[in-house]
Amino acid sequence: MARIIVVTSGKGGVGKTTTSAAIAMGLAKKGHKTAVIDFDVGLRNLDLIMGCERRVVYDIVNVINGEASLNQALIRDKHCEQLYILPASQTRDKDALNQEGVGKILEDLKKDFKYVVCDSPAGIEKGAHLAMYFADDAFVVTNPEVSSVRDSDRMLGLLSSKSRRAEQNQEPIKEYLLLTRYSPERVKLGDMLSVDDVQDILSLHLLGVIPESKSVLTASNSGTPVILDEKSDAGQAYADVVARYLGEDRPHRFIDDKKGFFGKLFGSK
Amino acid sequence: MSTDSQKTPYNPPALEFKSSTFTVPVLVLSSNDLLVIEQQLQEKVRLAPEFFRNSPLVFDLLELNKRNLDIDIAALTDIIRKSGLLPIGIRGGNAEQNKLALALHIPVYSIHNSVSANSQKPKAIVPPPEPKTESVATTLITQPVRSGQRIYASGDLIILAQVSAGAEIMAEGNIHVYNTLRGRALAGVQGNPDARIFCSDLQAELISIAGNYKVSEDLEKAVGKKPVQIYLQDHALIIKDIV
Ligand SMILES: Nc1ncnc2c1ncn2[C@@H]1O[C@H](COP(=O)(O)OP(=O)(O)OP(=O)(O)O)[C@@H](O)[C@H]1O
Ligand SMILES: [Mg+2]
Repeated sequence: MARIIVVTSGKGGVGKTTTSAAIAMGLAKKGHKTAVIDFDVGLRNLDLIMGCERRVVYDIVNVINGEASLNQALIRDKHCEQLYILPASQTRDKDALNQEGVGKILEDLKKDFKYVVCDSPAGIEKGAHLAMYFADDAFVVTNPEVSSVRDSDRMLGLLSSKSRRAEQNQEPIKEYLLLTRYSPERVKLGDMLSVDDVQDILSLHLLGVIPESKSVLTASNSGTPVILDEKSDAGQAYADVVARYLGEDRPHRFIDDKKGFFGKLFGSK
Repeated sequence: MSTDSQKTPYNPPALEFKSSTFTVPVLVLSSNDLLVIEQQLQEKVRLAPEFFRNSPLVFDLLELNKRNLDIDIAALTDIIRKSGLLPIGIRGGNAEQNKLALALHIPVYSIHNSVSANSQKPKAIVPPPEPKTESVATTLITQPVRSGQRIYASGDLIILAQVSAGAEIMAEGNIHVYNTLRGRALAGVQGNPDARIFCSDLQAELISIAGNYKVSEDLEKAVGKKPVQIYLQDHALIIKDIV
């Protein structure tokens, strides 16, 4: 059975698109046929991070409007042939998406793909709602700061009440926490919440902690998902996330500040 | 010593004494008028016939004896039996009454050994009539209540998961949160001053009982991370540890 994963957050700019690109690539590299969809209509940028922006002919709105078939719109990734991208439109607004059209696309993709990753726009409006409505799993991307955590909590409320699974009284969406842009030094200085703080507030299964890393910017500038940078900390952290999602038991890394002696004494466990 | 024990070297015990506590309705009498007693008793029984059928019963004469009102024990037990109840004890009787009761094979109970929530109140019968149909529905929530979510319960509200900051839970009855309470909790929202809030970790933004509230600024830091209950006393919210 194919699974639909929504990558979501309440607050914007926390790393949803970075995460969508990384985990879609990670799943595909493990041999699972995967599609990643950009729901951020009007602010297209998944294709930039995936490095396929110059090959976009049709987008999700064209498919919904019947102007192109799904197969015409899907772009095969240049690094991994198990991975396909369905880009967003730059020229339309969010109203171009509708539940029926999105539902049809996802149903079609489920026949052919093992995983469908939905990169959600920020906020709780239509685009975000449509991205999560049909989901089986949700990756809630959160930065270690109070406002981001609070918005994620609100998102979790919507996931448990406004999704198809909730409306049809099915087993609820599986929710996972992804803490991104984590900086142990700043946690130690008290500028940021610790992993424990965030888990205490959200009480959610922690799928992984992605460290704040220069490699993310380098990767997005070159149009290669950071998970392909196997030497980078962020790349390794995303690889762990994919492995854990697929059922592997891997210890969490990049949580402690290895540099400081005091980190070992007073750091979070 | 009997010789039997030698014939059967191992003799397993056929009986054993154990101590047990039972809840038995007590009939507290405040009148010695047998006609009135019979009439009122039958009225009560009619309210919950299933509950009272063949129910054991202890009758309590303390109130009568305080007022020097004597009563015919034999006639009283007859009335009780006619109503479908089985008298199994007398309480608060004088020496004469206790002797009469014993003659009728009805044991004597001491008033001091029994525990009763409201033994002072002259109530005819303790148990409530028709307990099943009368009870108000309890709302049970097993999932976390997240920021932005609201829950309203017309009876009691029991939440087994956490209540996030930015969430609001309301109940006309009591609220129980068996986890951290960070949001707003309002009990007795229709004005019931006896409603209470219970939670295992109080970090609420606001708590209110029957409209009397406290915001997080008023809640002492010290109360966190341990189970507490909140109730109303003279229009003031009292927060107390549950030990
Ligand atoms: N682990 C990280 N370390 C450093 N920078 C990061 C990390 N993750 C994301 N960023 C940076 O944060 C910015 C926002 O990331 P991204 O576009 O993935 O967020 P988003 O949640 O998709 O944003 P939006 O809500 O606008 O869609 C980008 O500049 C990205 O390079
Ligand atoms: Mg994005």
